[in-house]
Amino acid sequence: MSVSHWFAVRRTLPPRTRRFTGLMSFLLPLLIWSLLSYVPWIWHPQVAITDPGSVSYLRPGMQLDRDAFAAAAARAHEQGRAEPVGYPANPIYLPAPHEVARAFYTAFTDAPVRRSEKWLHESLWESIQVIFWGFLLSSLIGVPLGILAGTFDFISRLFEPFVEFFRYLPAPAFGALAVAILGIYQAPKIAIIFIGTFFQQVLVIANTTRKLDPTLLEAAQTLGARNPALLFRVVIPGIITDLFRDMRVLLGWAWTYLIVAELIGTSSGITWFITQQARYKNFDNVYAAIMMIGIIGLGTDLLLAWLGRRIFPWQKAAHNG
Amino acid sequence: MSREVRKTPGATAHLELPSYREQSPAVRERFARLRRRPVLLEVERLCKSFATAQGSVMALRDISFKTHRREFVCVIGPSGCGKSTLIRILAGLENHDSGRVLLDGKAVKGPGPDRGMVFQGYTLFPWLTVKKNVMFGLEMAGRGRLAAEEEAMQWIDLVGLNKFARCYPHQLSGGMKQRVAIARALANQPRILLMDEPFGALDAQTRARMQAYLMEIWSNIDITILFITHDLDEAVFLADRILVLKAHPGEVSELIEVPVPQPRHPEQLLAPEFLATRRHIEKLIHPPAAEPGLNGDQLNMVRMVSVNDEVGSVF
Repeated sequence: MSVSHWFAVRRTLPPRTRRFTGLMSFLLPLLIWSLLSYVPWIWHPQVAITDPGSVSYLRPGMQLDRDAFAAAAARAHEQGRAEPVGYPANPIYLPAPHEVARAFYTAFTDAPVRRSEKWLHESLWESIQVIFWGFLLSSLIGVPLGILAGTFDFISRLFEPFVEFFRYLPAPAFGALAVAILGIYQAPKIAIIFIGTFFQQVLVIANTTRKLDPTLLEAAQTLGARNPALLFRVVIPGIITDLFRDMRVLLGWAWTYLIVAELIGTSSGITWFITQQARYKNFDNVYAAIMMIGIIGLGTDLLLAWLGRRIFPWQKAAHNG
Repeated sequence: MSREVRKTPGATAHLELPSYREQSPAVRERFARLRRRPVLLEVERLCKSFATAQGSVMALRDISFKTHRREFVCVIGPSGCGKSTLIRILAGLENHDSGRVLLDGKAVKGPGPDRGMVFQGYTLFPWLTVKKNVMFGLEMAGRGRLAAEEEAMQWIDLVGLNKFARCYPHQLSGGMKQRVAIARALANQPRILLMDEPFGALDAQTRARMQAYLMEIWSNIDITILFITHDLDEAVFLADRILVLKAHPGEVSELIEVPVPQPRHPEQLLAPEFLATRRHIEKLIHPPAAEPGLNGDQLNMVRMVSVNDEVGSVF
C-alpha cells in the first residue's frame, strides 16, 4: 500500500488500514505522552531531589528547575560541601501514563483520602444528572420548536430572530443570575446547560427540518395528506435520522457547558472533584477524571450511533446517496 | 429494436413519408370515438408568470386544451416551455395567475388525491417500506390499516413487486422505484395521473420496459394520463394526442393526434406514420439554429491535432 493511496481525495481506505489508522489516532498521543514521561533526556525540565546534600533549603522529594538545581550544585561544589543529588523529572502537572492509569483504577477501589471528598463515580453521577436534566428540558422544548420553525415560516419568523440573538449571549454569563433566581444547588447548573443547549438546538433542528426534500412533501400532498399528517407522517419521519445525529452533536456541546455550570453556586460533580484534586496536587486523579468524561462522552455517542442504526433501518440510504 | 436506430434523424430524413395528418380509417374512427368521450380535464386560457430578479417572466400564456376520459396525452416542448409548471399547476402544487383548470367540470384548488402525480425523482418515502409507501395515500383517505394493506398489496402485485413489498426504497433499482411510485399514485384511484418526466432518469432499456408497463396499466384501468417528456419517441409511442408547447412564453404550439394505431408495439417505431409524426414534432420544437452562440449545429472548432500525428484523422 503506497502513501499516495492514503491521500486519495474522498476515497475510503481499505478496512484493515482504516482500523489501524483509527487505532493510531489514540496510540500516537499516548506514544508522545510516554516519550515525554519515560525518556529522561526528552523535556524533563526539573530535577527531583533524592538527597539534599548540604543545601539547606532542599528536601527529599522536592522538585526544582534544572537551572536552579545546577546553580545550587555548583555553589556547593565551589564551597567543597556535599552536593545535592536528584534525577530528571517532569513538572507534577504532567504525571506519567502509568500513574494516571493507577489513579484511574484506585479511583474505584480506594476510599477518598479526605472525609469530605467524594468518590470519582459519585462526582460523575452528579454531573451526569445535571447533563441529563439540562439536556432533557432543553430537548422537550427545543426539538418541537425547531421542527415547527423549520416547517412553518410563521413560527420561524416569530422565534428565530430572537433565538439567533440569544445564542450569542454566553451561557456562563447567566451564572450569577441563575444562582440569584434558582439558588445554589443543582437548579442553576441545569439552567446553564439549558441555556447553552437550547438556543443552538432550535436553530440546528430548524435547519435540519428545512433540508427535508420538498418534493417528498409535494408527493404527500398529491396523495391527499393535509397539515397535521404532513407534519407527523412526512416531516418528522423524514428528518428523524438527521435529528438523531444533531442530538448526538448537541449532547457533546452540553458536556462542554458542564464544567462552567458546575462552578456556579456550590461546586459539585466532576468539576468539584477535579478542582479539589488539583488543589492537593493529585494531578493523576485530575487526568483520570478528565479522561473519564471523554470516555463517557465517546461511549454515549457510540452507543447512540449503534442505536440509531438499529432503530432506523432505512438509514443506509442516506449514506449510499 | 435498438435505441440508436430511432435516435438518428438523418437516417429517416431522405425517406418519403406521408403527412402526419393522414389517418387510416381505423385511427380516424378511434379519434372520433375519443372525442365523443366525456371531457375529463379542461384547461382554459391558463396564464402564469414568475417574479425574478430581472422582473416578471411569463412562463405560460393562454394555455387551453381538453383531455377526454381514458386518454393518454403527452406534453412535449423545448426547455423553458413551462411544461413542468403546467403539470404542477394541474397537480395544485403551484398557483396560476389567470384562467381555469376544471377536472370533471369542477375547478381545481390545491393538491388532492383525485390527481395522482409521479415525479422524475421517484419521491418515495425512504423511511417506509414499499408496502407502506403504497398504503400512504389509502391511509390518508381514512382507510383502515388492514383494508389499506390488502388494497396496497393488490397494486404492488399489479406492478409485479410482491417480492419487494417489505423492502425499503434504497434497496430498489430506479425502474422498480418508479413502479412503486406509479402504484402509490394509482392506489388512490385518481381521475387523472400526472407524470412529470417519470422515466427521464432511467437507462434506455429500463425506460422502454417501463413504457410497455405503463401502456399495459393504462389500457386496463380507468385512468387518464397526462405525461410530460422531452423524448420524441416516447411521446409518439405512448400518446393518443401530443400537446406541443413552444418556449418564451410557454404557449400551445399544436395539439397533434398521433396517427399510429393502438394498441402500440415496439415495431411501430419504424412505421411511416410514426416517423412522420416524429419528424413534424422535431421541426416544431427544434427549429434550425436554436442554440444561441452557435453556427447552426456546428461548434466553432479548429483542428487541434498536430498535422503529422500518428492518428491524423478519426475517419
